[in-house]
Amino acid sequence: MQQSAPVRGSSRIRLDVDAAGRGDRIFEGATKAGAIAILALLAIIILLLLFESRNIFGHQGIGQFLFTTTWDPVFREFGVFAFIYGTVISSVIGLLLATPVAVGAAIYIVEYAPRWLRSPVSFTVELLAAIPSIIYGLWAVFILGPVMRFHIEPFLQTWFGPIPIVGNLFEGTPIGRDILTAGVILAIMILPTIMAISREVIMQVPDTQRDGMHALGATKWEMIQGAVIPYARAGIAGAAILGLARALGETMAVTMVIGNASTSITGSLFEPGYTMASAIANQFREADSQVYLSAIIAIALVLLVIAMIVNILARILIYSLVGKQSNSSRIG
Amino acid sequence: MQSGNETAAQLATPKASPGVSRHAILLQGDSRYRFRKAFSGIMAAAVAACTVFGVTILWIILGYVLVRGLPALDLAFFTERPMPYGEVGGGVAPAILGSLYLIAVACVIGLPLAVLAAIYLSEYSHGRFGDAVRFVIDLLAGLPSIVVGVFVWTLIVINTGSFSGLAGAVALAIIMIPIVARTVEAILNLVPNSMREASLALGVPMWKTILRVVLPAAKSGIITGVVLAMARAGGETAPLLMTTLGNSFFNFDLMQPMAALPVQIYNYAVAPYADWHTKAWGSALVLIALIGALSLLTRWAVRGQKLGES
Repeated sequence: MQQSAPVRGSSRIRLDVDAAGRGDRIFEGATKAGAIAILALLAIIILLLLFESRNIFGHQGIGQFLFTTTWDPVFREFGVFAFIYGTVISSVIGLLLATPVAVGAAIYIVEYAPRWLRSPVSFTVELLAAIPSIIYGLWAVFILGPVMRFHIEPFLQTWFGPIPIVGNLFEGTPIGRDILTAGVILAIMILPTIMAISREVIMQVPDTQRDGMHALGATKWEMIQGAVIPYARAGIAGAAILGLARALGETMAVTMVIGNASTSITGSLFEPGYTMASAIANQFREADSQVYLSAIIAIALVLLVIAMIVNILARILIYSLVGKQSNSSRIG
Repeated sequence: MQSGNETAAQLATPKASPGVSRHAILLQGDSRYRFRKAFSGIMAAAVAACTVFGVTILWIILGYVLVRGLPALDLAFFTERPMPYGEVGGGVAPAILGSLYLIAVACVIGLPLAVLAAIYLSEYSHGRFGDAVRFVIDLLAGLPSIVVGVFVWTLIVINTGSFSGLAGAVALAIIMIPIVARTVEAILNLVPNSMREASLALGVPMWKTILRVVLPAAKSGIITGVVLAMARAGGETAPLLMTTLGNSFFNFDLMQPMAALPVQIYNYAVAPYADWHTKAWGSALVLIALIGALSLLTRWAVRGQKLGES
């Protein structure tokens, strides 16, 4: 854009065509107003949530709100730590399950797949991203849940249950509506996000890196391991964190399978849990007092802050690698 | 990268008995070399399996929606309103119309803002203000949709005292704005500068150049971006649950609760009746078909058009 700027700003044009100059100023003003409105939108969202959640912080203080697990609207006790725990654990499970598969698929598409196969495969996986979360939720409730309950969870319990420490993760009765099921459906949902960005990042690895490894006598996998992955590491990490951001804020699919029952933290993945998002979705209609109302709004505020931090972190990592290149396609 | 090269050097120079050249080792099928080849093959198979898994899971989910949803579909499903439990028949017509209506209103609210901002970013801004706006757009795009739901619920539903179609449309608009702004800016950036210069050189003012030359050149890309955002908004559930609430009746009054397809799916799915579960799958099939039709329609509308041609 720098190239066109001097032309527009040229005083000669302004003088010669006065009316046009006025038109330009009006049009630029209008577009700038649009840009400012977007800035204002985010500011208003944050300020309104802050303002409306003031009651809860006045009621019991920010520490008790964030770090206690008693959520008892009847007795006006609102501690969201169990929700934060459920959110983080289910998202981390999703991330751990999805990242290896997504990065593997990205590597396959860039490094192995024949050219004709690349775009149909990427397209298909990206279709996964277009499926609305309510449909994942529906599928998870009726298909994934029973599979987890009758096959996967008993299997995990049989094999890992007896092992100390690890066994604690798989304690309790498998019911199929618990933190683990939520994590699995989250993994499926964030798979396309991580894959698409990892693929972009891996494509940015210069061929000279690959040629160098080949010339040293490396096998294909050694080439990927030694040249491609180290080069793309920051970007892949960014992709994973962006996937995490999506998982943290995911509402419907998680709400439908996580159980929404217990606010105690037992450490077992077979425990029905709550996430911040599912707590909001389940309880916003029950808010019968100012304090309860502002407690729910405050959950949204916490979620917003966490989502923002995670997003910013992811973008820093991705831009450090991809941003430069894609910016160069900008004009000027 | 450095560590990579070291690894390569170590691997490529196996600790061989002195006197045997590296070449000989590589070519004579020394066991370490065979192991390396085999490992490479295994990893190739592993990443291929990852891809197969990603593709398969999509078809499994779509397959279930198709197989379980098809039995629910009949004419009444598309023309009637939902029946209370126990009564036979009924459909999701209010939800289909409600979804389309909400998306249309959301477009009216959100698109002008998003497109104006995109034009500003692409055509006028340079420097820090533009970067700040881009950053905020990225943050908005990363907002969990439930947070948008809570925001609109707080702003409109609590203040007006009722769930309403308008609140739902505002929520969808907030979700669409960053998507549209980002894609449109990217598309406008792809319009060659020579086109702007040619127009300006003819004495056409900047604003007319943008409206008559730049935007038409980017038309197909802009449409694609808008439809992408509409498809995304059409599938949103959580923010609608908190704002329009859903409705079993036909309603086109923006100040009243309005039905929407995703909310309808949710209400059917969490109910304990088998008949409603079938209807949930049917509604899911309709929703996927709607979203798919939207994208196919755009592909068809902008077919054969490349950027720069109009």
